[in-house]
Amino acid sequence: MKVKRITKDIILKNGKIIDPYNQKIFKGDLWIKNGVVAGVGDFALPKSSGMQTIDCTNKIITHGFCDLHVHFREPGDDDKETLQTGAYAALAGGFTRVCVMPNTKPPIDSPESVNFINQKAKNLPIHIHPIGAVTKNQDGKYLTEMRLMSKEGAVAFSDDGLPIQDGAVMRMALEYSKLLDIPIINHAEDECLRAEGLMNEGKVSTHLGLAGNPDLAESMMVQRDLELAEFTGAKLHVPHVSSKKAVNHIKRMKSKYKNISAEVTPHHLFFNDEDLMGYNTNMKVAPPIRMEDDRKALIQGIKNGIIDCIATDHAPHKAEEKETTFDLASFGMIGLESCFGAVNKILIKENKMKIEHLINLLTINPRNIMGFQNDLFSLGAVAEIVVLDTNLEWIFSREHIESKSINSPYIGKTLKGKVVHTISRDFVTNLT
Amino acid sequence: MLSQKHFLSLKGYIKEDIDKILETAFQFREVLDRPIKKVPSLQGVTIVNLFFENSTRTRISFELAQKRLSADTVNFSASSSSLKKGESFKDTAQNIMAMKIDAVVMRHPTPGSPKLLAEFIDATIINAGDGTHEHPTQAILDMMSLKEKFGNLRGLKVGIIGDISHSRVARSNIYGLLIMGAEVTVCGPPNLIPRYINDLGVKVNFNLNEVIEWADALNILRIQKERMGRSLVPSVREYRSAFGITLDRLKSHKKEIVIMHPGPMNRGVEIDGAIADSDQAIILNQVLNGVASRMAILFLLCGGQPTEMVEK
Repeated sequence: MKVKRITKDIILKNGKIIDPYNQKIFKGDLWIKNGVVAGVGDFALPKSSGMQTIDCTNKIITHGFCDLHVHFREPGDDDKETLQTGAYAALAGGFTRVCVMPNTKPPIDSPESVNFINQKAKNLPIHIHPIGAVTKNQDGKYLTEMRLMSKEGAVAFSDDGLPIQDGAVMRMALEYSKLLDIPIINHAEDECLRAEGLMNEGKVSTHLGLAGNPDLAESMMVQRDLELAEFTGAKLHVPHVSSKKAVNHIKRMKSKYKNISAEVTPHHLFFNDEDLMGYNTNMKVAPPIRMEDDRKALIQGIKNGIIDCIATDHAPHKAEEKETTFDLASFGMIGLESCFGAVNKILIKENKMKIEHLINLLTINPRNIMGFQNDLFSLGAVAEIVVLDTNLEWIFSREHIESKSINSPYIGKTLKGKVVHTISRDFVTNLT
Repeated sequence: MLSQKHFLSLKGYIKEDIDKILETAFQFREVLDRPIKKVPSLQGVTIVNLFFENSTRTRISFELAQKRLSADTVNFSASSSSLKKGESFKDTAQNIMAMKIDAVVMRHPTPGSPKLLAEFIDATIINAGDGTHEHPTQAILDMMSLKEKFGNLRGLKVGIIGDISHSRVARSNIYGLLIMGAEVTVCGPPNLIPRYINDLGVKVNFNLNEVIEWADALNILRIQKERMGRSLVPSVREYRSAFGITLDRLKSHKKEIVIMHPGPMNRGVEIDGAIADSDQAIILNQVLNGVASRMAILFLLCGGQPTEMVEK
């Protein structure tokens, strides 16, 4: 991957432009001058020489992707990832904007720590937004200074990784968040039902003898959160939905209460629990990869709009933390670099969805959930653009990983569709 | 000699291999009845017994099998907690391999760890129990004991009684017996029978009396005391009332039924002492057959030649 600071005008030539904001698809060029959009579609090309022209024939030009759920491990675990290495992993995946989860060491649970992220991230090639913790020290008890954190730039609140077990605390958090009108994101797992579960409870866990984590552990918590959201009138975002039961609960609640949204990860769409047959610790994630029936329900949930966006839950871990027995291995996988090739393969190639729908799930939908600027092809908009080759089949390998960690079960898998250029702020990335 | 290099699991094992192991085990059983119970079959072969979990009988059984075959053996015991604190599993494995050994017999509390060991090192790996996953050598000795008693495993009806969820003995027995054409019914408290157990090809029946009427043999699992009271098993008398192999219960059935137990037994809990000591129990045959079975598995995997096998 080559990342360069933009020094001259860029013309993306002769691409298929998909504009998710105006819901328009047309052939044309896109002109970036001084890091902002200077022309889209038909425009009079400037005569100056020394422009960089990128041929986009048979390629798609669209908004840069936005990921509401990544772990960049800074502060505290910068041997797994830093805001900088995470930003490069994002560029490799076509992401120009991400929200980082607060389960760092220490957690992002004060206005000062929100500010720390913003200061460290401000000159990086992508936009990084901190999500603040719901409770102090993420211990599920006392609310953080949400308003002050929001003023410093926290875009949502979550104790991700640690489910808020106490229903009264969750209610208070939702009630209080109405002051700010930004979403609460609860990692939905009932810890008692999950118990010591290491993978989805099902046929495969029964054969492997591994303690199972039942789908109920997720769906019952999702149902609680949905009811609390409706009851309080607050904004709820359900992260990494993994089970058919949870999809059904969200579907029912969405028919009567609109202020909820949901995300799904590429790995819950790509894999099922049969893929754990070899005890592959890179497949050990929370919530767990579930059965084929669940995977199909997630795809269906995307098709009929119950699930609003794709989020990677990019979770870097050191090699030693995965190269161990299944019980001791850490939960999580990286996912930014492999995201588009995985979801494009599953949703477009295998499930015949339209590419513009998939692009909505990666661009305008997540931006709308967080209230980010989303008219990215308007003149003067700061560049957040990707160029996609949707037909390219490629084998994902170590060399495609920009993250500091390599805990990816996609290594060796054939993906379809690839990000070929990411243009973000003042940077242009060449991935061909 | 067998189609797989390692002995990790009976899931997906082929019948021909189990037949070969059993046939060899019966030949070694004869060796064990001789005055001098030792053959030179594995002379020069080095085997490490790597036990990350306490075990007395399985370790002794393996060690004895190795000694009877003239292999060189080393024992390594490490509690899993010390492993958690210090050296990684990978380092332990590679250190042992660096000492040029041929085979590792491993017991470990985590399912799948023998497979991981096989990925890390080059030696032949034999699973001596991996958590709640499998205990394949136990299943071989159980099948050997049933074959000894009944002559054939095809069509045999076997009940496995107790805590199926946490039992590696149950899983390996189920896989092995079904491959050999036997039928298996599991019976125990419904909260200790996995929801998806049918996928292993067994029937489930919560009524022990019905299972006794149906079965030719029962394999009685040890009820672990630490499960008592943890909302899993309310009490000993509660358990015994439904699933205990008691003298009264067996008397009320007018049939001879063969009783097995992988040990160690809790007399007066899952089984009455009088039954364990009775003629219908083949529990001590299982122990002897354990040595013969492990000799057979070690012999077939560690490159012994058939002609050397029973040489005096």
